[in-house]
Amino acid sequence: MDSSIVLIVLLVGALVTYLSGNKFASKIALVSSIAAFGATVLALNAYQAGENLDVTIPWISQFNINFALHVDGLSLVMLLLTTGLLPLIILSGFITKFENSKSIYALMLFMGFSMAGTFLASDGFLYYIFWEIALIPIYFIALNWGNGDVEDRKKAILKFFIYTFAGSLFMLLAFIYLYSKGGSFDINKLYALPLTHIEKTYIFFAFFLAYAIKIPVIPFHTWQANTYSKAPAVGTMLLSGIMLKMGLYSVLRWQLPLSDSAAKEYMPIIVALSIAGIIYGAIVTLKQKDIKKFLAYSSLSHVGLIAAGLYSLTIEGFQGAVLQMLSHGIVIVGLFYVVELIYNRYNTYQIKEMGGIRIQDTYFASLFMIIMLASVALPTTFNFIGEFNLLYSLFKVNIWYAVIAGTTIILGAFYMLRMFQKVMLGSETKTFHKISKQESIVLVLVVGLTIFFGLFPQPIIDLITPSLQSILTQIK
Amino acid sequence: MNTTILLLLFAPLVGFLTTLFFGKKLGKTVSGVIGTTAVVISFLCALCLFSQINAGETIPTFKLADWFSIGNIKINFSFLFDQLSVLWLLFVTGIGSLIHLYSINYMHEDENMHKFFSYLNLFVFFMIALVAGSNLLIMFIGWEGVGLCSYLLIGFWYKNQDYNDAAKKAFIMNRIGDLGFLIGIFILGHTFGTLDFLEIKALLGKDIISPSLLSIAALCLFIGACGKSAQLPLATWLPDAMAGPTPVSALIHAATMVTAGIFMITRMNFLFDLTPDVQNVIAIVGAITAIVAASIGLVQNDIKKVLAYSTVSQLGLMFLALGLGAYEVAVFHVITHAFFKACLFLGSGSVIHALHGEQDMRNMGGLRKVMPITFWTMMISTLAISGIFPFSGFWSKDEILMTAFHANIPLWVIGSIASIMTAFYMFRLMYLTFFNDFRGTEEQKHHLHESPALITIPLVILATLAAIGGAISLPGNSWLNHYLAPLFKKHEAHHLDGQAYMLMAIATVGALVGIGIAYSKYLKKKEVPVADSEVQGLHKVLSNKYYLDEIYMATIVKPIYMISNFAKKYVEKFISKAVIGLGGATYALSIKGKKIQNGNIGVYLFAFIFGMVGFLVYVFIIRDVK
Repeated sequence: MDSSIVLIVLLVGALVTYLSGNKFASKIALVSSIAAFGATVLALNAYQAGENLDVTIPWISQFNINFALHVDGLSLVMLLLTTGLLPLIILSGFITKFENSKSIYALMLFMGFSMAGTFLASDGFLYYIFWEIALIPIYFIALNWGNGDVEDRKKAILKFFIYTFAGSLFMLLAFIYLYSKGGSFDINKLYALPLTHIEKTYIFFAFFLAYAIKIPVIPFHTWQANTYSKAPAVGTMLLSGIMLKMGLYSVLRWQLPLSDSAAKEYMPIIVALSIAGIIYGAIVTLKQKDIKKFLAYSSLSHVGLIAAGLYSLTIEGFQGAVLQMLSHGIVIVGLFYVVELIYNRYNTYQIKEMGGIRIQDTYFASLFMIIMLASVALPTTFNFIGEFNLLYSLFKVNIWYAVIAGTTIILGAFYMLRMFQKVMLGSETKTFHKISKQESIVLVLVVGLTIFFGLFPQPIIDLITPSLQSILTQIK
Repeated sequence: MNTTILLLLFAPLVGFLTTLFFGKKLGKTVSGVIGTTAVVISFLCALCLFSQINAGETIPTFKLADWFSIGNIKINFSFLFDQLSVLWLLFVTGIGSLIHLYSINYMHEDENMHKFFSYLNLFVFFMIALVAGSNLLIMFIGWEGVGLCSYLLIGFWYKNQDYNDAAKKAFIMNRIGDLGFLIGIFILGHTFGTLDFLEIKALLGKDIISPSLLSIAALCLFIGACGKSAQLPLATWLPDAMAGPTPVSALIHAATMVTAGIFMITRMNFLFDLTPDVQNVIAIVGAITAIVAASIGLVQNDIKKVLAYSTVSQLGLMFLALGLGAYEVAVFHVITHAFFKACLFLGSGSVIHALHGEQDMRNMGGLRKVMPITFWTMMISTLAISGIFPFSGFWSKDEILMTAFHANIPLWVIGSIASIMTAFYMFRLMYLTFFNDFRGTEEQKHHLHESPALITIPLVILATLAAIGGAISLPGNSWLNHYLAPLFKKHEAHHLDGQAYMLMAIATVGALVGIGIAYSKYLKKKEVPVADSEVQGLHKVLSNKYYLDEIYMATIVKPIYMISNFAKKYVEKFISKAVIGLGGATYALSIKGKKIQNGNIGVYLFAFIFGMVGFLVYVFIIRDVK
């Protein structure tokens, strides 16, 4: 077998979902996404059995562009994240009645397809295509099925689109420059290009612009909160759960190895910027009134730590970053789902209009609490493993980085417990209908995954470490 | 052997899961019995291990599973059963069992009793992990885990947002300490390539770490201990934690969890022995905390608040002992304190129960006659905490003061004053609660009653231990010192000479003076503390806890909120405007650019020639010159 099967399943799934009509769309989409996950698991098995899953098909031969996919531990884990979260996200959509549901579910699968492609592509041109087309489905999902005033929404989504697109153009420039040097987009040929330090510096920053906007790193984050609050829950989950990991993953796969000496030179500055993002994000989170914006800024804080670990150029930082991408992805989907469940009952995203939920639905409160505790990285949750690795990597670079970045464990607890108290505790004010068994499936899965990998993270560490080690060798 | 260990570790976890998932169906009493049984099983297992260790056997490190590896550090779920951990497990599970038993009756009115027991069992589980973990990260799991349970139990009555605030405060202040702990873990892990206690101990002898880095590591660990054990400046969460049900205060916020900091430092004694500077810091922080908390305790009117400040103060004395390198003395006081403080809290719970939730001592009085068992058990514990011969507290506190006397006279003076204050406020509590006439409402008076057996039995057991517990470490012939000896660096014991007797005499006289003042004020003159609004002067400063909460609010919390508001209102807008401005500039440029493409051939031609000339000038002139 080869890795393209995952892409094919997702693409065919999108098509079938669209053709199946509104009545069955959600279920077909769920089945397709589970099939894609199954295909990923098969690929994982084959990979661990030593099979080569790479694909190289000549595509635009006069430019030496290939449809080339490469599978290693890192891309497999990213693939697992994508196809693993997709069923959860689709399932989360079940609690909302979408108009024209065949389109939104097809778009979700199509987005899964393009994101999976981004994680697999080993040809720069192909990678760029996947990277950019991922914008299209999310643009329409946010625009057509989002909430709030239509004009406001249009503005926010357009800003997001143009902003990220503009950033990506710098990456395109970098690719064109690299191509002009070596006549190929193949990742290994690009890695091998002899470049001067000045060239590497330009390439470093060209890629950085694209990724810093996507991740986002401060001060390139201003699209995030508005987009998250305007997009429908499933869109926000796709964005925060998977899409922002495209930027983080690309730092590892493309930016750092291609601009090694520049990465080393600017490491302290970029790490400091990322750490500033952790603190800034946490502080802005504190006073948010809209819970979706609250989660957006808390996410900004969390990915700041991931970015800091990546740019620390240490193996622990890389490991921690990948682990935290996974755990953050799982937990943020859970949190946005919680928000949607509350919205369905209270019809508001305003934190101050909530409260008194725990007393009415303790089961829901317990699940939410575990997810909340995972997001503040309580030991034995998956997030702890990632955060521990990340802070340790910063400690290795400079103890003060670890101390300052480490305030995230205090500030994170501060804003999360404060939010939980306002949203869930206190005496009942409005009636909260208990969540049904079906509604709780997503939460139970999120909780289960978080605790399971918190206790048994080693298989994932073993899977990713060889590829991360080889990336690190490429840089050093 | 392995079965015993597995049972010890997992009985409370099974209890937690059972009462969590099936508690509602099983009903209150069954949940309570399951929860209690789980802890009793752990206690029996601990007893089993203890008898082995005490007989001189060693139990090999028990490895449950691999956890994860980071860099070259491998971290396992493994557990160490040595003299220290087994002793600690014994009293944690022992007192835990009694408090579970007590709670069956105490919490019976609460509709969420099964939740209470499941949290309590989860707490015991994490506490066992904290104590028995064989490396710093397993200890950290337990450390944060007990913090979580503390959060859940302080905020157990979550309808009340004040209680939720107290719970949140406890968690966040603990997290400040935890960051210190974490940095300490990083330093040790990075230097030694391991987090295992025994391995670190072995490697410390090899001089691979600079003394200054070692001191930083020790200081970081101590910051962690400050958070968990409520030492200044991280002490203010503990009094607020009294919002939780009283059994929680007894178990978590007096006898077990708050001693975790002392356990950690004792566990890492080989490291602290090498950092005398940090030891000095510990001793000073401990002494200051002891006297500051005791002075606040003098004027509190809430019965549980008195006990809470007393706990902070006693923990301070334990840290004083730790800072002086007298680990076995600190452990001794931890154990006797666990007995009498658990008894006092449970006793106060019994009183609060009888008064249907009343906690203000100004509305109590005269309960001695209606609640004789509660009274006598509390009286014994009060004598113990005040350091009256021959009760347990006399022996352990005396050892701390004696150690301080030999090390540093000012520290001895501070410790002694704190002890006098303790004797005063404890007897103040007893007189106000149990003597003179009842000051509550007629309605309350009508319902006054002694608590049922499930509540009084644990009280009697604990009071007995509080009375005779000192026997484990009598001066000159200490079983405890002998038992713990393999763990600590040898240092000479103080002889039972004339000086020692003199110190005991001074301490006793001091305690009697404290009691005497309380006696004349509250028993003879029948004074009742005035209403809060009439409090003045120094008394007001003490009543307001030296305004510590207000100071933290004004210097830390408020500024953070202000920065948050500022960032949200201005910085975010500014960045957003800048981005839009950039977009706008591009747009404006394109409007300008559009005008150039107006179809006028003349303009195009001009531009073409101008550009061509520029190009040629560059190629042939400027480039050549370079």
